[in-house]
Amino acid sequence: MADPEIKTYEPHHESQSAAVTESRPVRWVAMGTAFAFLAVFLLLPLIVVFHEALAKGIGAYTEALSSPDTRSAIRLTLLVAAISVPLNIVFGISAAWAIAKFEFKGKAFLTTLIDLPFSVSPVISGLVYVLLFGAQGLLGEWMKAHGLVILFAVPGIVLATIFVTFPFVARELIPLMQEQGNGDEEAALSLGANGWQTFWYVTLPNVKWGLLYGVLLCNARAMGEFGAVSVVSGHIRGLTNTMPLHVEILYNEYNAVGAFAVASLLAGLALVTLVLKTLLEMRYGAEIAAARGH
Amino acid sequence: MEVRVTNVRKEFERFPALHDVSLDIRSGELIALLGPSGSGKTTLLRLIAGLERPTRGAIFFGDEDASQKSIQERNVGFVFQHYALFRHMTVADNIGFGLKVRHGATRPSAQEIRRRASELLDLVQLSGLEKRYPAQLSGGQRQRVALARAMAIEPRVLLLDEPFGALDAQVRRELRRWLREIHDQTGHTTVFVTHDQEEALELADRVVVMSQGRIEQVGTADEIYDTPNSPFVYSFIGESSSLPVKVDNGEVWLADRPIGLQAPPHAPSGEALLCFRPHDVELLDGCSGCIAGTVAASRRVASTRRVELEVGGERQRVEIELPVDHPAAQKSRVAFRPRRWKLFPAS
Repeated sequence: MADPEIKTYEPHHESQSAAVTESRPVRWVAMGTAFAFLAVFLLLPLIVVFHEALAKGIGAYTEALSSPDTRSAIRLTLLVAAISVPLNIVFGISAAWAIAKFEFKGKAFLTTLIDLPFSVSPVISGLVYVLLFGAQGLLGEWMKAHGLVILFAVPGIVLATIFVTFPFVARELIPLMQEQGNGDEEAALSLGANGWQTFWYVTLPNVKWGLLYGVLLCNARAMGEFGAVSVVSGHIRGLTNTMPLHVEILYNEYNAVGAFAVASLLAGLALVTLVLKTLLEMRYGAEIAAARGH
Repeated sequence: MEVRVTNVRKEFERFPALHDVSLDIRSGELIALLGPSGSGKTTLLRLIAGLERPTRGAIFFGDEDASQKSIQERNVGFVFQHYALFRHMTVADNIGFGLKVRHGATRPSAQEIRRRASELLDLVQLSGLEKRYPAQLSGGQRQRVALARAMAIEPRVLLLDEPFGALDAQVRRELRRWLREIHDQTGHTTVFVTHDQEEALELADRVVVMSQGRIEQVGTADEIYDTPNSPFVYSFIGESSSLPVKVDNGEVWLADRPIGLQAPPHAPSGEALLCFRPHDVELLDGCSGCIAGTVAASRRVASTRRVELEVGGERQRVEIELPVDHPAAQKSRVAFRPRRWKLFPAS
């Protein structure tokens, strides 16, 4: 089961040696600085979001959330997440499976490629699709001839979201699968299981917590992505506005309550993700730590 | 099931792990693949299982060529070095796994699988642990579950990779006896890999000694120990000492002195290597025709004294064993002659 050598990232006050313990004032300054930073940069904005959202009372808040454009933005965001997260799961598992369990040429290249979205600005990811599918783009003419619409429509938003989020599941699973090796799979095969049975009964259960963790992060990013989606969306109200884009539009129209009401939903999603993540870490810390080799 | 390995060669990325290996395993036999790490013993086991494909050569199960069959089709029971138990399944589910994944009519009912699992648990003396998870078992218990799981599919051959490697000495000895009993009870053709010569010699009907991707010798414990057929087997199995000598005119010479040993009639003249067991020597009082040397070091090992001698002009070191209370142990010069020995061509 959990290898005793795998440590979770919890503070170990008891195990601190006297030699590295600083004097009291120094510790207070260090902790004070850290907390002050968190308060100013994380807590304060969060409070502001909810404060502004509720500035004109609960009634105005619920009214802002029930406007047709806002509802459409929420629906679109959920739709985009519902499409891109499962696709990411499929991609993440296949990539991790290939990288961790097999030797092949170009493996290092594939590993590097998976990290690409982390190192590229999301705006550029969006722009790539414009250059590819736009009216003057590489495939623009051909797509127009065939009546295909990707840019400034839901497919483009989904594509951009997938591009930005695809490392999340794979990056969680690769180190976990590499650590577990091929032993369990070989055992299953030797007992007569076919490839699918081996995957379903052995590989998947072995990585389920790492997978869930990756899905959680992937989902949070899919719903919250702004840059790449902004470039390909076209900002058509009620049609191609996701929640983050809708926040911007409402804010630019000086509709503070509306903007912050939608923002509060995104903040709420972040908080829920954080709580779930913490719960997962508490319950399955060792297994997840093993997955977090990076 | 009789297993025949014929002229098998295995390369990993063009590095040969096995060179032209042939081996006949008799039906119902318990056979050990023994060798140092890197000798190819695990590769040979994995080839028999179908976890690897041979680069050249074939493996027969009975009269049927198994080499092109997948591991699923071969129906072998494989016990992995670190057991590879499924950590999220109970002991009973682990054992029943091989039956659960069968298709159609060959797949027993859930009830039947449960019954078989508890039957096998009885066999491996772990009755009542059906509901435990692997993490809740000791190393020895996991080993037994792994064996029960491998036997559940009624394998044609049972293959064990370093079955006791990860266990402590006490449990090892116990499980060794127990494995022998299970084998005698069920009669499976069984091949196990080990680097522990004591384990191989004690447990197996026949031992296959391997080195550097080749089979050095195949034989019973007595044959391997008493008549090693190469300097490697001599030094790998039990204690051994060796000296570079010369064969001339039917006699064995150390430097310029005959040591009183008659070379076998067909031994060619020239350089040779003399091998013998340190305990299998005859002590002499001064001699003409013996090996004499200066005591360089002397250690007490269990119930005997091991003496290191410098012999000959080139001060070759050689080890012999003396009884603790033997007067020779106090002397600075000791003369002896091996009782049982063998000559090998100098390499």
